[in-house]
Amino acid sequence: MAAYKPVAVQAVPRLGEKITQDTVYWRGYKTPVQIKEFGAVNKIDFSPVPPYNYAVTASSRIHIYGRYSQEPIKTFSRFKDAAYCATYRDDGNLLVSGSEEGSIRLFDIGGRAPLRQFDGHTKAVHVVGFLSDKYRIFSGGDDYSSNLWDIPSATEIVSYSEHTDYVRCGCASKVNADVFVTGSYDHTVKLFDARTKSSVMTIEHGQPVESVLLFPSGGLLVSAGGRYVKVWDVLKGGQLLVSLKNHHKTVTCLCLNSSGQRLLSGSLDRHVKIYSTTSYKVVHSFNYATSILSLALSPEDETIVVGMTNGVLNVKHRKPEERKEKPQKKRQPAYRTYVKGRTYMPKQEDFCVSKPVKRVLRKYDKLLKSFQSSKALDAVLEPPIRLYTPEVTVAVMQELHRRGTLRSALAGRDEKQINLLLTFVARRVIEPRFTPVLVTVADMITDIYQPVVGQSAIVDRQFLRLQEAIGKEIDYQEELLEVLGMMDTLFATFTKKRATYLEENKSNGLTETTEQI
Amino acid sequence: TVAAGVTVARCSPGGGAAGSRLPSPPRYLLCASGDFVKMYSVGTEETLRVMGGHGDLVTGIQLNPHNHMQLYSSSLDGTIKLWDFMDGIPIKTFAVGAKLLALYALASSEDSVFVVIPKSGERDTFQLVSVKLTKAAGQDLEAKELSVVLDGVDVSPKHTAFGREGEYVASVKEVNLQVYFFKQKQLNRFSVSAIKTKSGNNHFTCIACHPTEDCIATGHADGKIRLWRNFYHKKEYTFSTLHWHHDTVKDLAFSVEGDSLLSGGVESVLVLWHNESDCQKDFLPRLGSAIEYISMSSDGTLCCTLHTDNRITIINSNLRFSKSIQGLIKSTDIKTGLVVDPRTKALVLNGEPGHLQFYCLQSDQQLFSLDIVQRQYIHQAGLNQSDLVKVAFSSQGKWLATVEEREEVTDPELQLKLWFYDEETQSFKLNTRINTPHEDHITDLCFRDVDETEDDSLILVTAGRDCVFKVWVMVEDTDPEAQQSVSWSCDFVGSYHNYQATNCCFSEDGSLLAVSFEETVTVWDSITWELKCTFCHPPGKIRNICFGRLTCSKYLIGATDYGFLCCWNLLSCALEWSAHLNILVLQPDPLSEHIAAVSWLSKESSLFVFKPNEPRPIYIQRNLCKEKIQLAAFVPRDEPETIASEKYLWLRRSQLFFLTDTQELMTLSTKSLEERLTPSSKQLAVEESLPVTPFSLLLGKHRRQQSQEDIDLGKLALHNKHERDSPAVKELLHTPAHVLPSASFLCPIFINSLLISKENESAEEVADEVEMESEKTEGDSDEERDVTEMEQEDTSPVELLGEMTCKLSKSQEKELRKIRKMDYSWISAF
Repeated sequence: MAAYKPVAVQAVPRLGEKITQDTVYWRGYKTPVQIKEFGAVNKIDFSPVPPYNYAVTASSRIHIYGRYSQEPIKTFSRFKDAAYCATYRDDGNLLVSGSEEGSIRLFDIGGRAPLRQFDGHTKAVHVVGFLSDKYRIFSGGDDYSSNLWDIPSATEIVSYSEHTDYVRCGCASKVNADVFVTGSYDHTVKLFDARTKSSVMTIEHGQPVESVLLFPSGGLLVSAGGRYVKVWDVLKGGQLLVSLKNHHKTVTCLCLNSSGQRLLSGSLDRHVKIYSTTSYKVVHSFNYATSILSLALSPEDETIVVGMTNGVLNVKHRKPEERKEKPQKKRQPAYRTYVKGRTYMPKQEDFCVSKPVKRVLRKYDKLLKSFQSSKALDAVLEPPIRLYTPEVTVAVMQELHRRGTLRSALAGRDEKQINLLLTFVARRVIEPRFTPVLVTVADMITDIYQPVVGQSAIVDRQFLRLQEAIGKEIDYQEELLEVLGMMDTLFATFTKKRATYLEENKSNGLTETTEQI
Repeated sequence: TVAAGVTVARCSPGGGAAGSRLPSPPRYLLCASGDFVKMYSVGTEETLRVMGGHGDLVTGIQLNPHNHMQLYSSSLDGTIKLWDFMDGIPIKTFAVGAKLLALYALASSEDSVFVVIPKSGERDTFQLVSVKLTKAAGQDLEAKELSVVLDGVDVSPKHTAFGREGEYVASVKEVNLQVYFFKQKQLNRFSVSAIKTKSGNNHFTCIACHPTEDCIATGHADGKIRLWRNFYHKKEYTFSTLHWHHDTVKDLAFSVEGDSLLSGGVESVLVLWHNESDCQKDFLPRLGSAIEYISMSSDGTLCCTLHTDNRITIINSNLRFSKSIQGLIKSTDIKTGLVVDPRTKALVLNGEPGHLQFYCLQSDQQLFSLDIVQRQYIHQAGLNQSDLVKVAFSSQGKWLATVEEREEVTDPELQLKLWFYDEETQSFKLNTRINTPHEDHITDLCFRDVDETEDDSLILVTAGRDCVFKVWVMVEDTDPEAQQSVSWSCDFVGSYHNYQATNCCFSEDGSLLAVSFEETVTVWDSITWELKCTFCHPPGKIRNICFGRLTCSKYLIGATDYGFLCCWNLLSCALEWSAHLNILVLQPDPLSEHIAAVSWLSKESSLFVFKPNEPRPIYIQRNLCKEKIQLAAFVPRDEPETIASEKYLWLRRSQLFFLTDTQELMTLSTKSLEERLTPSSKQLAVEESLPVTPFSLLLGKHRRQQSQEDIDLGKLALHNKHERDSPAVKELLHTPAHVLPSASFLCPIFINSLLISKENESAEEVADEVEMESEKTEGDSDEERDVTEMEQEDTSPVELLGEMTCKLSKSQEKELRKIRKMDYSWISAF
């Protein structure tokens, strides 16, 4: 004997973007704050120590912003020409920056005048940074050289001139104080060891390298250049792990989130894409108004700051975690009563008696089980079901139609109920998933209540509304068909020039769109 | 004996079941099924015995009221047989001479039974007669002493019933009820006024008499039940009405004490009426299909219902479902065709409404029933409910595609479902549901599944009456963080000149797809989906298509409406040969290049088996059966059969099954009937469950002693064999029972002691054993039984001697086995 099978409510897949954990996480930012800078923002760097101020390099100034401040809390402006790449030291006390005139300056966060100035580059220095021992600085310049400087004595330790074009990006290893990488417009990324006289590894990226990034573990290297983001395994001698081509313009900046699980890339195509570092697939992406030059994430992903070519700084703060105030707890049985007997393992000689699981049926299922069609229809026309889960209402109507009792369930209703029914039908009949069933229902209602038309103003109005809704839908469909006809002619002229299999693909795409309509 | 050639064997357990009887105490269920009387065990649902002997349909069975170990059965062949159903032996056969349509036996009449026979000289009139069964010695007796009791009775056994202690007999026909009192020799006639309503007329449909009171219950076609009393008065009779059924009451039965009445009908609900009142009733709903017969056991503990779909349900006295006995479920219309599940080799077809049944051919049992539609089926006539119409398996049985539809006037409600076989739960799980995959009915679907390991090659093609065929592929879910999941979506839509697509079929290597569009067969490249070529054989639409296999893979076979079987060569794109045959079924063998075609010509079906590379058939069987054959399927054999005759070599690898219009399942067998009947090993089961009577106790003592001796002997033999190496067994047998530890503790020791230690065997033997095991297929109980039998034989000394003398050396045996396994079918190709 079979048990009663509840009415199958057809779930319809939600169209559009899928909600994943990532989308929920990355959407959890407030509306952005826009700050206008003096020129294109070429670098944003967060202080590694609380309160996580960030240095923004734009034009000839370096602005330090507090976490929620809209105005800079400090400005370094003693540059004759453009400043580049202001970067914090690990302890957050020192700041180093390159400049157009070729000198590198070291600032104390508290002071105004530079503590040290390193001269040696003959052309603009676009990239500077601290090595992880805190006492040395690496730099890359437009004179094709990458240098290493000693902070206390302000002298050059070593100069590598291996690149054959501008050096525009670089990154120091966090695990080894002697290792740093620089990327250049000569399409290569070079790995240098301060203990040796020449580069230890050269990686051919294929496009002018705009940004490089070393993973905290030091084993993986990410380079961005052209439209590509490439991930390399350094420990395997620079083997290409994966090449990502998700942007349609040059990728300008790279960034890792605080957990190291996601990689962010900003591009001139106005998008920031977020990749999972396990599967290297895009899990989320942000849109911005203009091309992106720089990008930074604060520790704990608290703030995303993006710098644009038009000098706008876009700051997004994370929404505070919604604390759910737990309602006054009802006094519930103690934990022990729940676990009592649950963990009991039957012994070998025990005789087990299984208790049948009681199935809970919904109200309309109970009524359908006992063949009470009218009441079942009443049950699904109650406000919560009718308003929030119309698919249940329609599924029950379909089930009644299948049983051949829809007509009798619809019949014999008073003015209020007919009004309710007609409101529902008029509102939902144009939804494609409900149309086949509701058209039948509408047909039956008009059949049944035809004799009483004109007796009630309310019902008459509903009938008119239904007519209006259907009329509108018909007009809409007609228009769509016209568009389809136009597209057909377009495709027909298009395919004549192309190979045959293309044509089939096109016609396939076309039929699919019609299905969705 | 030598095989007498191919005989058509009926496999279907069905046939009109003409009623069932539960002996007391209810351990067995007896049921008339086709030409046989079957005995089932109530405890295990097994078929214990099939009693054959009647030459035609068995129409009635009755337990002998004077001896509860005996059974009367009547048949259309004009005989009444008395059986000892415990041993399955016919004791006596009484030849009556006329067709017997129903049988009744009464406790009050010593030596006569009542039967319904056609009235001589008149068509369509029947009479109830009593037949005197002579006590003469001998097996085959004449029973010509007939005396007419009632005239103008109805054919159905449900239309006549005998009252308490056999005092009266009541019979209904149309709107008339007649009651005949034996003592008074008085005949009373009553009638209800004929009323025709929307739901039907109020004709009588069944009758039952109260076991202790003078009360008759009648069922009517409009769903009413009437209880008649005072019917010995012609005028002052009374009746009360019980009404719950909305359709015909199919059968009625009183409980043994008479305090409650059971009724059943089309609704497939068993209704229990207490105290004959309208307000007190209990229901047992959703029994699966319409109830045909209801039968109570004589001690009132069990009740069983027979259903229209060839199933018996056993129900407890407290109206709880207990068990069901089912074979091949009869469905109203088999739309899915016969499909073989590659995993279990079971035959898959429509079962219960909305279900797919997996029917095991070896054991004549339903393996399981898969709910496809997943909606409550309403048992009501004239309802339009969704049913399963098409089924396809992928070649490994990993995926199952089903199509269900609900016939609608405007547009059909179609659903394509794809099921994935879940290894963990050992059943199919719904993966994708596609609403309205086609605008119109789906005519055919097939999988392409070439590479076993790669899922990428898996493609599903559906052909529809909306003039397109669609290609469905698996797509992986896009969310990388979620678990890897796949779903199906449409990849390509093809059409040809706006003709309806009727059939589709992939070539063996999956590179070509053939789709027939009315009169034309189109061949498509399955990678680029380019139309390669077209074939047609005007006039006449294409009915069936299939590709040749193995050596004949360059041929495409098609059958047309105008009675042509055509074979096209795919390399030259030309017609190779054609034959003028009205082919209904075209079925390629999956394991060889043979193709079976069933034709329908002048009211008989014929079978042709051919290879596509030669126009002359290998095998022809004319007049296969009188019915139209609807469907056919090749079921791969577990092991290639050794077939001597060259004519039947095509049956070596697989077996051919047919399903006829009347839903009888048939097969072609090379063995004769005797060989096919398996030795019944269930003798033991019967013996064990004998009812305990004083006599049986007496007899049982004697028997038990005997068997004890037997067992002792066996033990001795066993003992002798293992004495040397199993002190554990010795200990077990000689220690007094009260000092032994628990059985669960002893069991592993005992079993370990029975195992043959490996060190004694040579490496070769071990290898042999492994090979044998690999040959053995899982779940083949027959073989296992054989093995146990052989073991038993081993213990007897005589057999041992015989075996010693004719024993072959291991290497010789191995050689022989190798020879037997070799495939010699290639010889026939020359």
